Amino acid sequence: YNSSLTKPPPAKYGGRHTVTLIPGDGIGPELLTHVRELFRFCCVPVDFEIVSIDSKSTSDDDMNNAITAIRRNGVALKGNIETNHNLPPSHISRNNILRTSLDLYANVIHCQTLPGVRTRHRDVDIIIIRENTEGEYSSLEHENVPGVVECLKIITRKKSLRIAEYAFNAARQNGRRRVTAVHKANIMKLGDGLFLQCCKEVAAGYPEITFDSMIVDNTTMQLVSKPQQFDVMVMPNLYGSVISNVCAGLVGGPGLVPGANYGKDYAVFETATRNTGKSIANKNIANPTATLLASCLMLDHLRLHGYASMIRKAILATVSETRLHTADLGGQGTTSEVVQSVMREIESKGPRTSEQI
Amino acid sequence: MAASSAALSLPKVFRPVLGLGRSGNPAKVWAAAASCRREKSTFVPPPAKYGGRHTVTLIPGDGIGPELLNHVRELFRFSCVPVDFEVVNVNSSVATEDDIHNAITAIRRNGVALKGNIETNHNMPPSHKSRNNLLRTSLDLFANMMHCQSLPGVQTRHKNIDIIIIRENTEGEYSSLEHESVSGVVESLKIITRYNSLRIADYAFRLAREKGRRRVTAVHKANIMKLADGLFLQCCKEVASGYPDIQFDSMIVDNTTMQLVSKPHQFDVMVMPNLYGNVVSNVCAGLVGGPGLVPGANYGTNYAVFETATRNTGKSIADKNIANPTAMLLASCLMLDHLRLHDYANMIRGAVLTTMNETRLHTADIGGQGTTSEVVQSVMKNIQSGGPLTTEQI
Repeated sequence: YNSSLTKPPPAKYGGRHTVTLIPGDGIGPELLTHVRELFRFCCVPVDFEIVSIDSKSTSDDDMNNAITAIRRNGVALKGNIETNHNLPPSHISRNNILRTSLDLYANVIHCQTLPGVRTRHRDVDIIIIRENTEGEYSSLEHENVPGVVECLKIITRKKSLRIAEYAFNAARQNGRRRVTAVHKANIMKLGDGLFLQCCKEVAAGYPEITFDSMIVDNTTMQLVSKPQQFDVMVMPNLYGSVISNVCAGLVGGPGLVPGANYGKDYAVFETATRNTGKSIANKNIANPTATLLASCLMLDHLRLHGYASMIRKAILATVSETRLHTADLGGQGTTSEVVQSVMREIESKGPRTSEQI
Repeated sequence: MAASSAALSLPKVFRPVLGLGRSGNPAKVWAAAASCRREKSTFVPPPAKYGGRHTVTLIPGDGIGPELLNHVRELFRFSCVPVDFEVVNVNSSVATEDDIHNAITAIRRNGVALKGNIETNHNMPPSHKSRNNLLRTSLDLFANMMHCQSLPGVQTRHKNIDIIIIRENTEGEYSSLEHESVSGVVESLKIITRYNSLRIADYAFRLAREKGRRRVTAVHKANIMKLADGLFLQCCKEVASGYPDIQFDSMIVDNTTMQLVSKPHQFDVMVMPNLYGNVVSNVCAGLVGGPGLVPGANYGTNYAVFETATRNTGKSIADKNIANPTAMLLASCLMLDHLRLHDYANMIRGAVLTTMNETRLHTADIGGQGTTSEVVQSVMKNIQSGGPLTTEQI
C-alpha cells in the first residue's frame, strides 16, 4: 500500500535485499524458518539478517540491536515477542518499543475471505488502518493514591492527521469508495473528538471518497452481523486492536491474516493479530499462512512483485485444499505439509527453483 | 449501613482511602466489600411500595425510547401488574443539568427505574457530560449485567449462546476526565481503583455462584496497561480465591473478541472494566441477534435501573412502528424480577418468547416485516390465552 510513497529501501547490494528477521517467541521461530526455506527454494533475492531478542532478559541491548538493524535495512519481518508478566510494570512491551522507536505509525490489515476457508460470513473485504504509536498504548500509568491507578490515553492532532492522511491515501490508491472512522467520542469527547475532527479535515481533501464515522460498540455489533458494509476503517490504537481481531476471526482466525506496520522510513511485517502461540509452538501444527502472506507483503514493499504474486498464488491454492487445513481451520494438516504444498505449487507453475522436490 | 451510605455520598476519589484506612490493609477493603455482600443477601424490596403497588421511575429518553416504554406501560396495564410509573422527562438538548437531577432524585425515592437511552448532543461543549453516564455515576450503579442468550426462533449464525457479561459501570475509560494541556495533545484519563475492581469482581463471582455458573473469565489488556488492568486482574484473582468452586481465568480483550466470533460457546461469565464491557457486550448482542433483543440491567447497592443492553437511541427508526420491542419488554421483566414480582415476570417473559418464535412477527432488525404494535398485540394475546386476569378482551 505504501509502495508509491517511499523509495526502495537502501540495503540493496548486487541486486539482493537485506531484511532484518526477528524470530520472536512461540511459533515465530519455526514459521520464520519456513519462510526462509521457501525463499531459498524460490530463489528470492532476499537475505535475512537474524536478530534474536530474549524476552526474559531485562536489559535493552537486544531491542537496541534489533532497532539498529531495522534502521540499517529499512525492512523487517518479525514474530511476536512475548511480554513477561512477572517483570515490573516499568518493563515495557518489546513489540511496543519497536513500534514507537521506529515510528511505525500505520498498522494495515487487509481482511479478506479466502476461497476454500469456510466461514460464517462471506465476501468480507475490509482494510483496517490502525494508529500504531499513541492512544491507549502510551504506557503512561501512575498510582498517586494507593489503590487508584490513572492510565493516560494520549491523542495528538499531528498523529491523528497523519493516520487519517495515510488512510485516505491508501483508500484512493486501492480504489476504495468509503472510509469509516471508529471512535467513542460520545464519551471521550476531547480525545476521540480530536481524532474524529482530524479525520473530517482530511476527508475534505478527498471528495471522491465517502467518509462516515461509527461508534466502536456499534461497529463491533455491525461487524458480527453485517461485515460487508465496511470498506476501509481508520481508528486509534485500542479500538484497532479489538476490531482487527474481530475481523480476523470473521475471515477464519489468527492463522490467516497478515499485518504490516508502516512508518515514513521503515516497514515491519508480521501476523495481523500478533499472537505468540506458546501453546502450539514446535508441534508442527501452527498455520503458516499468515506469516507467509506477511512475507509476500514484504516482497511487495521491496518491489519484488513477481515473486510476491507467485508465492501468494501458491498459498491461496494451498489454502483451498481442505485436506491441508491446519487445526485452527478445523483440519488435521501439519505446518510442513502446507509449506511443502506451497513449494510444489510454485514448482509446477514453472519458474526456476533451487531444487526438485 | 450508615458508614457505607456515607461512603457512597463522598466524591469518588476519597472512597478508596476510606476503604483502606491508614494501614492500607487490603483486608479492610475486603471487609467493606463483604459487608456489601451481606446487605445484598438480606436485601429488602424497594421502599416505594404502598398499598401493594410499587412505584417505578420511568425515563422515556430519546429516539425509540418513548414509544417502546409506552408499549411497556400498555402491557403492564393490560396484565394488571401492580406497578405505577412516575414519568420523568429528560430533555437532551438543554445544557442545564436540572432534568437529570430530577430524574436522579426520583430514582433515589423509588429505588427502581426503567429508562430509554438519552441522546448525547455532540454539538455541546465537552463539559456537557453524557446524561446516561451522569445517572450511572451519581447513583453508583456499579454493575452492568447483561445476559446474552440465543432465543429460539431467531436465526443466528451461532446457536445456543449463553453468556453473562458483567461490566464495571462507573469508572475506567468513562471517567470523563480529559484535558488538553498542550494544544493539539489530548490526555484522557482511565481510572481503575482497587475498591471498585474488588466490588465488581465480588459481584461477578456472587452472581456466578447464585446462578450455578462454573467459570468466570476476566477480560483485560494488562500486557499493555500493566498498572491499570493489572490492578483489575489482581483484584479479580483475590476475589476468585474466595470462591474455590468457580473456575477463574483471564483473557486479553483482543483475543476475547476473536474467540467470540469463532467459538462463543467457550464463555460462561465474563467480568471486565467499562470500555471492554461496552465492546464485548455489543459483540455478544450481535451474536444472539442484534440490539433489539437483549435487555440490560444496572445494579447499585441501593438502586437498580433497567434498559436495553446496547443502549441505542435508534433515532433513525423512531416513531415508525418498526423498532423491536423485545429488549425493552425483557428489561421490564428483569425489573419485575427485581421487585420480587416473579409471576408477572415469568408470564410476560413467556409470552414474549412465544411471540419471538413466530417468524411472521419478526421486526426489520431480525429480518422480518412485522411492526412494533403487532409484536405487542401478540404478546398480549399470549398472556390472555395463558389464563390470568387481564383488563380487557382483545
